[in-house]
Amino acid sequence: MKFAVVVFPGSNSDHDAHYAVEHPLGEQARFVWHKDTSLGDTDAVILPGGFAHGDYLRTGAIARFSPIMADVRRFADAGGPVLGICNGFQVLLEAGLLPGAMLRNDSLHFRCEFVSVRVEHADTPFTAACRPGQVLRMPIAHGEGNYYAEPEVLARLERNRQVLFRYVDAAGQVTRDSNPNGSVANVAGLCNEARNVVGLMPHPERACELAINGADGLVMLQSAVQWFTGRAPAAVAVRGASSLSA
Amino acid sequence: MTAIDVSSDAVLERHGVTREEFAKIVSMLGRQPTLTELGIFSVMWSEHCSYKSSRVHLKTLPTTGPRVLQGPGENAGAVDIGDGLAAVFKIESHNHPSFIEPYQGAATGVGGIIRDIFTMGARPIALLNSLRFGSLDNPLVRRNMAGVVAGIGGYGNSIGIPTVGGEIAFDESYTGNPLVNVFCLGISKADEIIKGVASGVGNAVFYVGSKTGRDGIHGATMASAEFDEKSAEKRPAVQVGDPFMEKLLLEACLEVMKTDALVGLQDMGAAGLTCSTCEMGARGGAGVEIDVSLVPQRETGMTPYEIMLSESQERMLLVAKQGREAEVQAIFEKWDLHAVRIGTVTADGLMRVKERGVVVAEIPNTALTDEAPLYRRPYSEPAYLREAQQLSLAELGTPAPAVEVFQRLLASPTVASKRWVYRQYDHVVRTNTMVLPGMGAGVVRIKDTARALALSVDCNGRFVYLDPFVGAQLAVAEASRNVACAGGLPIGATNCLNFGNPQKPDIMWQFVRAVEGIGAACRALDIPITGGNVSLYNETDGRGVLPTPVLGVVGLIEDASRVVRRLFQTTGDVVLLLGESACELGGSEYLKVAHGLVRGVPPRLDLAREAALQRVLVSGAAQGLFKSAHDCAEGGVAITLAECCFSGTPGVEADVPPVAADAGFGDIATLFGESASRAVISVAAGREQEALELARREGVPALVVGRVGGGRVRLSVGGRCVVDESVETAERVWDGAIAARFERQQTVA
Repeated sequence: MKFAVVVFPGSNSDHDAHYAVEHPLGEQARFVWHKDTSLGDTDAVILPGGFAHGDYLRTGAIARFSPIMADVRRFADAGGPVLGICNGFQVLLEAGLLPGAMLRNDSLHFRCEFVSVRVEHADTPFTAACRPGQVLRMPIAHGEGNYYAEPEVLARLERNRQVLFRYVDAAGQVTRDSNPNGSVANVAGLCNEARNVVGLMPHPERACELAINGADGLVMLQSAVQWFTGRAPAAVAVRGASSLSA
Repeated sequence: MTAIDVSSDAVLERHGVTREEFAKIVSMLGRQPTLTELGIFSVMWSEHCSYKSSRVHLKTLPTTGPRVLQGPGENAGAVDIGDGLAAVFKIESHNHPSFIEPYQGAATGVGGIIRDIFTMGARPIALLNSLRFGSLDNPLVRRNMAGVVAGIGGYGNSIGIPTVGGEIAFDESYTGNPLVNVFCLGISKADEIIKGVASGVGNAVFYVGSKTGRDGIHGATMASAEFDEKSAEKRPAVQVGDPFMEKLLLEACLEVMKTDALVGLQDMGAAGLTCSTCEMGARGGAGVEIDVSLVPQRETGMTPYEIMLSESQERMLLVAKQGREAEVQAIFEKWDLHAVRIGTVTADGLMRVKERGVVVAEIPNTALTDEAPLYRRPYSEPAYLREAQQLSLAELGTPAPAVEVFQRLLASPTVASKRWVYRQYDHVVRTNTMVLPGMGAGVVRIKDTARALALSVDCNGRFVYLDPFVGAQLAVAEASRNVACAGGLPIGATNCLNFGNPQKPDIMWQFVRAVEGIGAACRALDIPITGGNVSLYNETDGRGVLPTPVLGVVGLIEDASRVVRRLFQTTGDVVLLLGESACELGGSEYLKVAHGLVRGVPPRLDLAREAALQRVLVSGAAQGLFKSAHDCAEGGVAITLAECCFSGTPGVEADVPPVAADAGFGDIATLFGESASRAVISVAAGREQEALELARREGVPALVVGRVGGGRVRLSVGGRCVVDESVETAERVWDGAIAARFERQQTVA
């Protein structure tokens, strides 16, 4: 399977996504420069983490004007799987490919730590290999991950089963303490109505190997492969040893 | 235009140039310098750029070894790590700016050290920092620390280099002069290290990056026609960092380096365009001619003086091969950067600065670099020393029960968890971080190889204050022991020497003795120093900070799958204490926390014994024998054992044999004494004999002190239980101590 990883000038998790696809996952990844106008031959698109254009204005606000975004939109409209991670999620919000907006973390601090998120639905390209209710341990690293949507928008998202990931405690319960940034309804990630565009703040691509303290994120990439080829994922990720990363 | 008498006392004083130095300038040039030239000399001959007080001493440090690819003198040092790769690393201070403007001061410190690393052709993959602040009970200190931490995070997080470790300690001496030392490590091909040289007559000199403004110009406020009070008003007090610009520079420079169109590259750090121009010329044995009117400028009406001395951030100077200029420019254009040709390499060895074709400065490059003044400043043993080394436990009265001391130490900010800090740093980007911050040495794997590197920065300023020679040795020992605990063989070190005013003989004595100590320890432990930084004049109201020579050590782990972590693993594992314990409370965290004292002599250090301990640690890790390892430092063996339990472990039950101590201090000295060259390890049940045998072969004392399990931190001295707390209770104290101080601050505000 072929993944295109879009590189904005301030992307910094582009290498992480590329490596996760090529190595732990064992599929093909290719960088696509943001000034390009075509994604080329690809089966899935990853918008990686980082600070796309410095993000001094608002995270992702300028990235949506990058030339490549027109083709990302075309690819998404045609039903192609698109995954926005962290800054990539922020770009998807700014580009209107997902609803809602990001505020600064309620702590007003950048926060990096492993968190638990619950997979709410398994009918998207990036959760197809998950169990609904499965808890994944993945790192977050962001200063603006406090998701907000107007009450009626949030109600619509819940109704359409578009809230795909929620921050939970280790037991899988939604609690105030397990919410690292103040996101409404503990929302950690979403999909669009057509369910092919997915965005989340945690970094699955940084949690694909036990050697780096967690392999839970691999199942999301394996999902894409399963969704694309119809074949079952090779091995489901081994849960990271929690004692190594507290 | 009013003529300025550059030789007047007022002008020289504003430039920090002495009468003798001025005479030397005149004799070197064979004439009076112009104002621009005086400015150039003043920054290049400043302590910061010339190391004029420290150089004669730094030359005594061991800087060579079979793995050393680049020693001191370049932008950073480099050591061979196998597989054709080099680890390129350096530590640098940004103390003074971080006090004036904590966020930008710390941020630009991070930016500067990152540029030093990628300038060498290495991709930066890890950051660490060593920070010192006053007491957190002081709201100004809290505000300063919050700003510094946010600034470090703001820069590193944005550019995408993980902060994988570091250390923070607190002492009142740092109240008005915090220390912000930043370490960066990058990886390059061993045979593709880029140097900061200008050579090849006719080659183009390019300027790339941010435009030049009046920020950070050396403190010479000249009242004159060409440099009046208004220009001072226009000048921001501190530089402002732009991590996005630096990210573009990083990627573009690394891309340019892949071509062979580049001759040399240097960042514009301290002393900006001046320093990069003359240093590149001097290293290449060439001259460099530039025209300041071609330099991209952010403000109008800047004088050559201002352009040459500006310290605007995120700027690079590079020399490209003749005929390859378009290739280089095209790569920068891709990243929306403009490489502007501002000059040419010449054969005459001069730094020639023109403004619209008119020469405004012409100085031999070596006059600014190799021939800068060297001082052998007088030094003498400080008056405080003999008195401060006296410690009588009997005079301290009856000590508090061990369990109370244990809790107070866990809550002491120097000992407590730094989670409130490091969770503001992205420590997982680049997906190499094997050991996360807060767990001893940071460990990053090297992709496409089987190897990993363990990194640690350490110094106990109290020990250095009480005996600079031994204290500095202890800093080398601690940093290298930390990487050895993770299984890393120490292969190189960098140092950041933070001291007070070197013109005071007692401060200079601290400096000289500390450098001697670092040299002795590095020779004994076979760790070359590949570069570093000296920060002097760290004083407030005439009182120096604790002398703080921070050591950054790089350790090589041959098999990344054998990395040893700090936490206890499995119930039933056997816990051993390696090394010898004695009643050594001098300079300890206990004395500071319980009695408010910095007294006594630091722990004894036998360097041969230390080397043996480190061999045991590296070998036990490589064999897969050790399931955990953690060195004993502030708070002694009790705190070490507790930290091995935090968090999520089965706990520990340990019984430590008592050390002989006066006046009822037996428990205290046993549990909280800070004897050097010790570590706590654990092995699977049944393998303790192997561990004991390994230690015995190296002549390292070792004994089984307990077992993992029980859900508690249960510590006994000679069979008598003195501390018994649940892991959760103890951890809550340790984990929340720093965060609680900041949350209180927010409530008050």
